[in-house]
Order: sequence, then structure tokens, then C-alpha cells
Amino acid sequence: MKKPLVKIEDVYKDYQLPKKYLFQKAPVFRALHGINLELHQGTSFGIVGESGCGKSTLARIVMALDEPTSGTVFFDGQDLFNMPAAELKHLRRNFQMVFQDPYGSLNPRKNVMGIVAEPLDTLKEKLSYAQKKEYVAQILSEVGLNATDTDKFPHEFSGGQRQRIAIARALITRPSLIVADESVSALDVSVQAQVLNLMMDLQEKYNLTYMFISHDLSVVEYVTDQVAVIYMGQIVEQGTTKALFQRPLHPYTQTLLRAVPDVNPLNKKLKNMPVIPLFEKTLESCSFLDRCNKATRICVNNAPELLENEGQLVACFNAE
Amino acid sequence: MTLLQVQDLCVTLNTAHGPQEVISHINFSMDAGEKLGSVGESGCGKSITALALMSLLPLDSQTKGKIILEGQDILKLNSRKICSIRGNRIGMIFQEPMTALNPVKQIGAQVSESIYLHLKLTRKQTLERVTELMDKVGLPVSRFGLNLYPHQLSGGQRQRVMIAMAIACNPDILIADEPTTALDVTVQEQILDLIRELADSSGMALIMISHDLGVIAQTTQNVMVMYTGNIVEMGSTMDVFQNMSHPYTYGLFSAIPHVGSSALPGRKRLSSIPGQVPELHLRPRGCNFADRCSRASKMCKAKEPMATRVSDQHQVWCYHPLSCEDKK
Repeated sequence: MKKPLVKIEDVYKDYQLPKKYLFQKAPVFRALHGINLELHQGTSFGIVGESGCGKSTLARIVMALDEPTSGTVFFDGQDLFNMPAAELKHLRRNFQMVFQDPYGSLNPRKNVMGIVAEPLDTLKEKLSYAQKKEYVAQILSEVGLNATDTDKFPHEFSGGQRQRIAIARALITRPSLIVADESVSALDVSVQAQVLNLMMDLQEKYNLTYMFISHDLSVVEYVTDQVAVIYMGQIVEQGTTKALFQRPLHPYTQTLLRAVPDVNPLNKKLKNMPVIPLFEKTLESCSFLDRCNKATRICVNNAPELLENEGQLVACFNAE
Repeated sequence: MTLLQVQDLCVTLNTAHGPQEVISHINFSMDAGEKLGSVGESGCGKSITALALMSLLPLDSQTKGKIILEGQDILKLNSRKICSIRGNRIGMIFQEPMTALNPVKQIGAQVSESIYLHLKLTRKQTLERVTELMDKVGLPVSRFGLNLYPHQLSGGQRQRVMIAMAIACNPDILIADEPTTALDVTVQEQILDLIRELADSSGMALIMISHDLGVIAQTTQNVMVMYTGNIVEMGSTMDVFQNMSHPYTYGLFSAIPHVGSSALPGRKRLSSIPGQVPELHLRPRGCNFADRCSRASKMCKAKEPMATRVSDQHQVWCYHPLSCEDKK
């Protein structure tokens, strides 16, 4: 078995909520609940789930922007949260992020040269301005922009072009991992297709690894090799994209897939019926209990573990 | 019976580049109880059309043409008469429930506002009506009360409040402008079901605006595809989706990844439409899509295409519409 590029080991993340009373112990919100994942070089890993399920928290932890409460992340064998800050800074060239909002994620007062060249400053070797300019021009033409665009400002570009600038900024240090957090959801469909194609081309060219976070299931199915479905901070199902989309085993995955409206007006497919919870949810219950249509008595007092089921990992007692 | 007729509607807005025509010569009509979809990318005039119907365009904009609601041209009415139509005969659900609701007013007060204004009910009757509405949209007063503020509700619940406000006066037409864009798929499904149910049970006509072809396919009977302020293809949803004739419609359809794509062998690329939607002041002469179209000829760049009939209920504005063989 090849060594994974990224290994996420038993990551928990708690956030402290504001206190209601002065001398109260601050309530805790558990955003991630024991996440284990392995990302391999050259593949795309999709993370799906509804808003608030912890997708973006996971992205921030993989990017070492947030520290997990317990557990850790290994990048290329190195523990991200147990190394000197200076070393981590240099390691950061190997993993970069593309954000969701192409309007908010580019500094409006910097020109394209300033934006795209900024990550180069973290490199150990110091580059001259001429060298930087050459790098930027080269990367811009790779993402389909003009090499002469370097003096323009973000407001002179459309949404799709801005996202290309964001991709150029992520690529300039030649990273091996790119975390794309909802990177195409703000774009129009025709432009979204252009950007997705660009990302897939770049992956083939540079053997990039993507961690692709999206709420859009069809996009995830299109670009990824492996998927994990997250519900309330826990992975409920994980497997190859093909298997998971063809034969979803967890009731939550099935619900999500059924909810996507079909583009064929003739296809009146099976719909999700409103679920009347049969059991009262307790602290020990399965987190999906109150929305599940397959819940049985065992789900009330035990939380299912992520176990192998016909090649996929599923956290459900009644998976089928 | 024709309920709404839009004739030759043109809207000109004042922009940084001077007055620009955002919508040019739009014609369509709607029957009572009909479900009409409007689909296209951002900046193609979907929302402006809806705002024109609601007479909510900026004051310095110019509107030409006719919007006839049951024999009455609402563009000719004075502002007081328009007020009695807006929210009363035509209701609207806005895109972002976060910003469309007033953050410092309780939801009960927001829902009752239009009832109070249009129906002239007593306090008690208004309360009864609000209670009935909240039950209808799935926020029963017994559980949620009327004293909540928008920030205490989730996105889906806020959208339900928006729907209650829009249908408060039993409007003839309900306009839903991207009602589910900000929501998760599972919540989107519930909201779409709710809108469909309400429209079916009360005989309201529905105008569903969305960029999501799936949403349009599942909720509408007729559809118009818009591009840069023009309708480029219009017809029954069945006909248009089964037999797309305009290169833009087909391009849009091919650009979206479909669920089930992983079953197909090999790694594939999405087909995309080259370029992007031109900005207002840079719209070309002739067919607006010509610059991005692979089938464009000299004629397309010189003169705007006229409507061509594909079938009884299906028109396309293109000189070179796609035939079945082209799509293989």
C-alpha cells in the first residue's frame, strides 16, 4: 500500500460557545467527531454534507489554520501540529487552498502580480522581482489568463476569471495538495464547467491531490475518486465515488441523493417522505436518528461505528 | 383564460456606462394556475423581469411595453393603484431569506403586514389568518409562536416565513425568485414541495425563476430560457427539455454535471460554453449569443433572430437551431 499524502487521525474539534451566564462553564459545540481519512497523491477526495456539518472546519484543520482539540494530521509523514512554527511555514508551500467566494478572497487593493506572487514569499530561497514576474506570467497562462494581466486589479475580472486567479495563487508554490472549499459554487453553470475542466487538466499535469468540498453532489460525483459523507461532524459513509453514488448504503446518503432535482421532467423519481421520528434521541443515539426512516431500537442506545460493508465504510446498523 | 400578458417589455436602467437596455422586447403570457419557469445565468434579466412585474424597479429606470393583468395595464397605473396590486394580486418570494426579512421585526408582524394593508381585517381576524398561514407553511403557531425574530430561525424556516408573506393575500400570481439557491438539497426539496403544493391547492399561477435546470424541470409546465435580456427559447417544459433547439440552452444543459456520471466509463470533461455573459454595455449587435456560439454565421452578427416555431408549443429565437443529429 502506498503511503498516503495526508493522513487525518482521529480528529476532534470543539468550539466554545458564548456563555449565557457569567460564572457558567462555556458550553461546547463539537464540530468534528473522530474523523479518520487518508488522501493519496494524484487523487481527488470529495467531502459532502449539509451546511454546518463540519466540512469547512475539516478543511481549515487540514490547512493547519485551526488546531484540532485532539487527534492530528500528517502531511507527507510529518505531524502538522507538532512541529516548530517556522518549519510549518515552509511546509505550507505544499498545501494551498482555493476559497468559495472569488469576490471576498482576493485583496481588492492589490494587483494580480501582488496577489499571485504573495505565497512565493514563504519559500526558503528568496526570489528576485524579475524571477517572480516570470513565475506569475507562466502560471497565469496555465490557468487560461493573459500573462499581461499582472497589472490589473481584481475588479477588472469576472467571477470565473477571479477564481482562475485564486487557482493561480494556490498553484504558484507547486503544491501537492489543494483544498477546494466550495470553489465553484458561486459561479454560473457555464463558467463552473470551465473552471472544473481547468482543475481536472491541472491535476493530470501536476499529479495534484484535491480535497474537494461541496454541497453540490453532482459536481462531487463528477470530479472525485473517493467521497466521504459527513453528518454532524461524523463520517457516516465513505467509499469510492462510483460505489457510493451507485449504491448508497447509509440512509442519509440516500436522502441526499434523492433530494437532487432531476433535469429530466419525465423522471418523477422516488421522493423523500417526511420522517416522523419513532424514537426519542438521547446522548448515546445515532446522530441521524431523528431524520432516519430506517431507525430501529438498537439505534436509540448505541451510536454506530464506521464499519466496512461490501467495500464501503458505513456507520449504520441497518445499512443495506 | 389569460391572466397575465407581457407585451414588448423593455427595461432601461441607469448604469455607470449610461442608460442601458437590460431587457429588450419580451413577450409572454400566462394562464391562471399555470406554472412558468424562467431559467438562465446571472445577469440575463430573470430577476429584472420579475421586479418589473412587481413595479419594484429603481425610480430612474424606464419601462416600455405593456404588462396586462386581467385586462389592466399595470405600467399605466399610478403608484397608489400599483400598491393595491403588489403583494395583493402578485406575491413574491425573494432569493435570500436572510436579507429579505426585517431583522428587528417579529415574524408574526412581518406576515401580518400585507394582510393588514390589503385585506382590511380586524386585529382578531388578522391573527386568525396569520395562524392559518403559518400552519400552511409548516411553522405551526402552537410550536413556534409569532414572536420569533428572523435570526432565531434556520434558513429553511426563514424561507417558509417568506412564503407565508408572499401568499398572505391569496395572490393570483406567485413569483419565486431563486427561492432555494441558498439552501441545502434536502431543505430545497421540502421548500419546492411546499411551493408546488400551495400553487396546486389554491390555483395560483407560479413564476419560478432559477438557474438550476433540475428545479425548473421538476416544478414547471412551461419554461422560458433567457440570455442577456432576451428570451431565446420558450415552450412547454417537456418540449424544451426533450428537444433543446437553441445552442445556448443545449450548452447550459451540457455544462452541468449530472448525478449518475460516475457510472460512465473513463474520466471525462464537461462541455462548456466558451467565454462569459457579456457585460451590459458590451452586448454585441445582432444575436447576443453569436460570440459564444459555434454555429454563428454572418447573419447572426448582423441582425437579431426572429422567433421560429419548432413545434406547436415550442419557439426558438435562432437562425441555426439544433436538430436531433447535432446533439449526438
